Amino acid sequence: MAMRNLWRTFKNSAWLGWQMESNWADPYLFAIYSIVKPIAGTLILVFMYIFLSYAGGGGPTNPSLFGYMYLGNALFMYVAQVLFGVTWVIHDDREHYQTLKYIYISPANFYVYILGRSVSKIAVTTIGVIVTIIFGVTALGIQMPLSNISWPLMLLGMSIGLACIIAFGLALAGVSFLTARHAGGMNEGIAGIFYLFCGAIFPITVLPSWSWPLASVLPITYWLYVMRVAFFGLGSGVASYDAMLAGYDIMQGLLILTVSTLIFIALSFVIFRFGDYMARKKGLIDMTTGY
Amino acid sequence: MTSYAVETRELCRTFTSKEKRGEPKKVVNALENANLTVKPGELFGVLGPNGAGKTTLIKILSTLLLPTKGEAFVHGHSVKTESHKIRYHINMVCGGESSGYGLLTVRENLWMFSQFYGIPSKLAKGRIDELLGVMNLQDKGDAKVRTLSTGMRQKMNMVRGFMTDPAIIFLDEPTLGLDVTTSRQIRLFVKEWVKAETDRTVLLTTHYMMEADELCDRIAIIDKGTVLACDTPENLKRRVKRESVLRIEVTGMGDAKPVSGIKGIHAFNAITDPAKGVTTISLILDEESAISDILSAITKGGGRIQAMQKTDPTLEDVFITLVGRGLENDNDNQP
Ligand SMILES: Nc1ncnc2c1ncn2[C@@H]1O[C@H](COP(=O)(O)OP(=O)(O)O)[C@@H](O)[C@H]1O
Ligand SMILES: [Mg+2]
Repeated sequence: MAMRNLWRTFKNSAWLGWQMESNWADPYLFAIYSIVKPIAGTLILVFMYIFLSYAGGGGPTNPSLFGYMYLGNALFMYVAQVLFGVTWVIHDDREHYQTLKYIYISPANFYVYILGRSVSKIAVTTIGVIVTIIFGVTALGIQMPLSNISWPLMLLGMSIGLACIIAFGLALAGVSFLTARHAGGMNEGIAGIFYLFCGAIFPITVLPSWSWPLASVLPITYWLYVMRVAFFGLGSGVASYDAMLAGYDIMQGLLILTVSTLIFIALSFVIFRFGDYMARKKGLIDMTTGY
Repeated sequence: MTSYAVETRELCRTFTSKEKRGEPKKVVNALENANLTVKPGELFGVLGPNGAGKTTLIKILSTLLLPTKGEAFVHGHSVKTESHKIRYHINMVCGGESSGYGLLTVRENLWMFSQFYGIPSKLAKGRIDELLGVMNLQDKGDAKVRTLSTGMRQKMNMVRGFMTDPAIIFLDEPTLGLDVTTSRQIRLFVKEWVKAETDRTVLLTTHYMMEADELCDRIAIIDKGTVLACDTPENLKRRVKRESVLRIEVTGMGDAKPVSGIKGIHAFNAITDPAKGVTTISLILDEESAISDILSAITKGGGRIQAMQKTDPTLEDVFITLVGRGLENDNDNQP
């Protein structure tokens, strides 16, 4: 019974999220939004690549680096979208739609509600990620033969990685209870740290050595590594481009990813409950800032 | 466990406003030692002016806000430690806001909320249609919420509140800012809903004394966070002696203040209707002998008396007696 209610809440909020993401204007606009925006994002990346490869001395003909950056950037869309999306859900439900308090006082589990909203965010982002990867392979000449892709590893790594990202998002949602709309900065900051230090586009070894320990404790680092192996193959130029992770065997990478994901899931429960409690104590569940 | 639908014990809530430049921290007692009991089946009103603490009370009872001190029980469960148990039995509608997902249709919005309560989809759809009919909103069922007027959104939210068939519903100023017709519709609906089955409980807040008088079985009068009286409307009004309530309509009087200082007046309130230029002075007298002084003060102040009568006390008079000032603002005379 309880499980059924949780499942119903999850389905319902995922449905709502999907409506919110896809229905806000019209289908054409949605299609353009989910194709043009990700591709535009990759063009910035191409410039960065040219810059980086010159800085590395090799000139703009380094397919391993380009593949490394391109896939990292595409997958990072999940991190950015979920981290921004979750806070956006709390703040918009609270202040714009003024529905947060009514969902909050319903018997629905609020954690599961945010979970459902995050999952629909992931679904929408997946469209963008796939579009970006196809664009990279067809238009930018990234060498990613389908036969090289390890599908089981990809699905496994993807599932664990996304669970980890969602756990991050839920913890942030707990914090977002306490922050006002446009209070700004926190999510951008956290996403920025991940982007910089987890090897999303900059190989970790390119960064100053003091940042390496940071990279080695952040699960996103291992997720991106596992995904690069899954897409390009172990020992491929892309997967071993980053010297720091080149030595990891894949089971080790998966294990670290799994353990840190579990830790972050537990943490997200704690932070979410704490944020919930503090918000109720301070009267922030129906806060409007009227900026 | 208590057998009350709602019970509060020494309930307190303070707010500490953030320090602003130049201004020190301020502590507001939004609710102070409130002791209230609402029985199952009652239509209970909380009447008080703006800032009295009505919304704060509703928020605590509906599990949105924790009390600072004291306890509150809803459906026998503590709002502090058993909020998850309370939530199956309650719902809430707040006036004066336009909540809802604008890009969903009215039906989608309502259906979605019904799912958060685990109501089987078919039952939910039936109830939604029925209530949309009651609220005269049936042809808006498939309209996007963003196209609705404030009044329609408010009615949609009434459907949202009542469709879960709560044991206890909290209505925070449900007719705030609505036109007369819509307000009347909503009042009528609430009255019938509570009577239709035993043990349906309504706790509503309002600052319209007519609304409280017309609807409520019992009323708590509240001001500055303190419950001043709690009784049936009849008993409350009986506290003010009929002989002592005097209403005078005056024209041409800029300031009615001088009247208020006359000896023998227990309470005084003046409301000016700027459109008509008429000031209605309500007085509650301790001594009949004050009347002649009052009349001469009015003439001296340049006022011309249009009408004067002793009347049955209203809840407004009860409030004036208790607090020493009127309940409604001058520019806020909605029926
Ligand atoms: N979040 C808050 N922060 C600071 N003060 C508040 C807050 N909410 C309410 N108050 C204050 O508490 C008092 C009671 O408010 P409220 O319960 O909204 O009154 P009502 O609903 O009767 O108009 C008011 O003085 C109000 O300014
Ligand atoms: Mg209020």
